[in-house]
Amino acid sequence: MTQKQKSEHLLQIKDLKKYYPVRGGFFRRKIGDVKAVDNISFELKRGETFGLVGESGCGKSTAGRTITRLFKPTSGKIFFEGQDITNIYGSRLRNMRKDIQMVFQDPYASLNPKMMVGSIVSEPIINYRKVSEKAVRDEVMDLLTKVGLPEDAYFKYPHEFSGGQRQRIGIARALALKPKLIVADEPVSALDVSVQSQVLNLLKSLQKEFDLTLLFIAHDLSVVKHMSDRIGVMYLGNLVEVADGEDLYRNPMHPYTKALISAIPMPDPRNKSKRIILKGDVPSPQNPPVGCPFHPRCPEAMPQCSESKPQLKEVNREHRVSCLLYD
Amino acid sequence: MSKNHALLEIKDLHTGFDIGGEFHHAVKGVSFDVNPKEVVCVVGESGCGKSVMSLSVMKLLPKHNGKIDKGEILFNGKNLADLSEKEMNRVRGKDISMIFQEPMTALNPVLTIGFQLDEVLLNHSKASKEQVRKKSIQLLKDVGISRSEQVVHEYPHQLSGGMRQRVMIAIAIACEPALLIADEPTTALDVTVQAQILELMKKIQDDKGMAVLMITHDLGVVAEMADKVVVMYAGQVVEQSDVDRIFHDPKHPYTRALLDSIPKMEERVDELNTIKGIVPSLKNMPQQGCRFVDRCPSAMPECKQIDPQLGETNKGHAVRCLLYETSQPGAKTEVRS
Repeated sequence: MTQKQKSEHLLQIKDLKKYYPVRGGFFRRKIGDVKAVDNISFELKRGETFGLVGESGCGKSTAGRTITRLFKPTSGKIFFEGQDITNIYGSRLRNMRKDIQMVFQDPYASLNPKMMVGSIVSEPIINYRKVSEKAVRDEVMDLLTKVGLPEDAYFKYPHEFSGGQRQRIGIARALALKPKLIVADEPVSALDVSVQSQVLNLLKSLQKEFDLTLLFIAHDLSVVKHMSDRIGVMYLGNLVEVADGEDLYRNPMHPYTKALISAIPMPDPRNKSKRIILKGDVPSPQNPPVGCPFHPRCPEAMPQCSESKPQLKEVNREHRVSCLLYD
Repeated sequence: MSKNHALLEIKDLHTGFDIGGEFHHAVKGVSFDVNPKEVVCVVGESGCGKSVMSLSVMKLLPKHNGKIDKGEILFNGKNLADLSEKEMNRVRGKDISMIFQEPMTALNPVLTIGFQLDEVLLNHSKASKEQVRKKSIQLLKDVGISRSEQVVHEYPHQLSGGMRQRVMIAIAIACEPALLIADEPTTALDVTVQAQILELMKKIQDDKGMAVLMITHDLGVVAEMADKVVVMYAGQVVEQSDVDRIFHDPKHPYTRALLDSIPKMEERVDELNTIKGIVPSLKNMPQQGCRFVDRCPSAMPECKQIDPQLGETNKGHAVRCLLYETSQPGAKTEVRS
C-alpha cells in the first residue's frame, strides 16, 4: 500500500442540507421545500461502520444518496479524504465514484433484468479500467465466489436468483472497483430473517477483507446496532443523537432514541419492560415544527422546546445529542 | 352450544395451486386450534404458506387456480370449507374478519373512509344510515382517531400509514367478530407506529374478548402478542406450543435457527447464526422425508426417507422432527391422494 498518511476521517459531512422543491400553481412555480435533510454533520472514521437509523421519511436515504453525490446538495460540505466533493463534476466526479459505491435496498429493482450477472458485475470494471476481457472475467468470477455465489452465476440472469442471492450480486457489483466507502441503503430490509443474517455476515466479513468503510442505513435498530461501531439517529431530516453503538443502546439520551429503543418488540415473552408509546405520526418535512422537530411528540417536551431549535452538542465523550434537556 | 370446543379448528388442511397444469400444495396437512379469546401467532419465512393458510380460512383464494383440496376448517363446529360463496359472505366481516398487511391496497382509494366503514355495518345489521354513521364515528374514536368526524369524509390517501391501519382495524372490529385474522398487520409500519398499533390490538382484543389469529414473520411481535405459537415451514406445522416454551425451550431445529438468526439488542456478537439456503419453492418441494432436511444443522440420513409426524413431546408442545420421535422406524408416512 502506497497510501499517503491522511486524516483518520475518510468522510466528513458539514451542515449538509438537501431540499426538494415543491412546485405548483401558475407556471409550476416553486411554492415550498421538502426539507428531507436539514443540516446534518457527522464524520466517518477509516474502517468503521457508521449506522444511520430512523423511521421512514426521516431523510436517511436522501442523506446517503446526497453523500454519494447521486443528488446535488442544497448546501453544506462533503469532504472525502480531505477533498471537497460537494460541487465537483465531470471527470473528477467520475473518478470519485470509483471510491464510493452503493448497495441498494430492493434487489429486484436495482439489477437490470436484461443483463447477465457477469455483465452487471463487470460493467464498472470495464468502465473504469483498461483490462483485457479475460482479466475482467477472472476478476468477476473471483468476486462472485467471494460473495458466495456459484461461478456459473456469471451466465445467468437476475430473475434466476432469490432475493438474498440478488443482494449478493449487488454487493459484488459495489465491490468491483475496490471502493473505500460503501453506502448500503437498507440492504437487508427486503429479506427474511434467515437470509438477512447471511447477508449481514457477508457484509461484515467483506468489510474486513477489503478494508472498507461502511455507511449502513436502515430502519431496524437491532440490525444497525449489530453492524455498526457508531450510530446516528435521524428524525425529520435532523441528526438527534450520535454515539457509540453500545453506548447508544445502554444509555440513550434523546427522548426520541429512548422511544425508538423501547418500541422494538423484544423476542422474549418474559421481557415486560415498560414501553414508551409516542403519540401521533411524524410531521411532514415540508412544514416541520418550529423549534425542536420532535417536540410535538416528545413525552419530555418543555415550553422552550417550541421556541429554539437545539443543536447537536457533545454531552459525554463521543456522545452527541441535540436536545434542550442537556443544554 | 355447551360443548367445549375450540372457536376455530383447522384439521388436516391441504390448499394448493394449479401451476402450469400441475397441482402443487402450498399448505399440506396443517392442523391447529384457536380457542375463544386466544391470540395465536403463525410464524415462518416468506413462502411457508402462512398467508395461504389464512386466506383458506376466509376462503379468499384466487378462484382461477387456488383451491382447498382436503381437510376441514371448523368455525364454531361449522365447516367453512363446505359453505357456498353466499353463505361465506355472511361469515366474513361478521364472525371472522381480516386485517391485511398493506393498508393502502386493502382500502378502496375512491371511497371515503366513512362509506367503507358504513358498508360493513349496513351489510350485517338492520340499522338505519344515520345510526350506522354514528357507530362508524364512534368506532374510529375507539381505534384512537381523534378527529373522527372529519376523517369519515376523507379518502385513504389523506391518511398516514398508521392511520390507515387504524381504519382497517375499525372496519375489522365493526361487527364485533369472534375471530380476527391479521396478516402481517404491522410489517409496513415504522417501529414507533407498530408499537401504537400492537398496543391498540391488545386493548381491543381484551375489551371485546376476540380471538386473534396473527400471521407474522417478526418474532419480536410474536413474543409481544401471542398466547400460542404455530411455526410453519414449507406448508407444514413444524412446531406448536405456548409462547413461553417457543422462546425458552424451542425444540425443532428450524425454530431454533430462526430464533438464533435475529440480531439481539442486548448482546454483541461478531457473527450471526444463519440458516443456509432458502425455503424450497412449490415446484421443488421434497416429495419424501422432512422438508427442512437440506437446511437443517442436525439432519440425519433417515431424515431424507421418513416423513416426520407432528407429535407431542410435552403437553401442549408438538414438534415435527425425527429427533423427538420415539417410534422412529415404524413412523408411518402420510397417506397421499
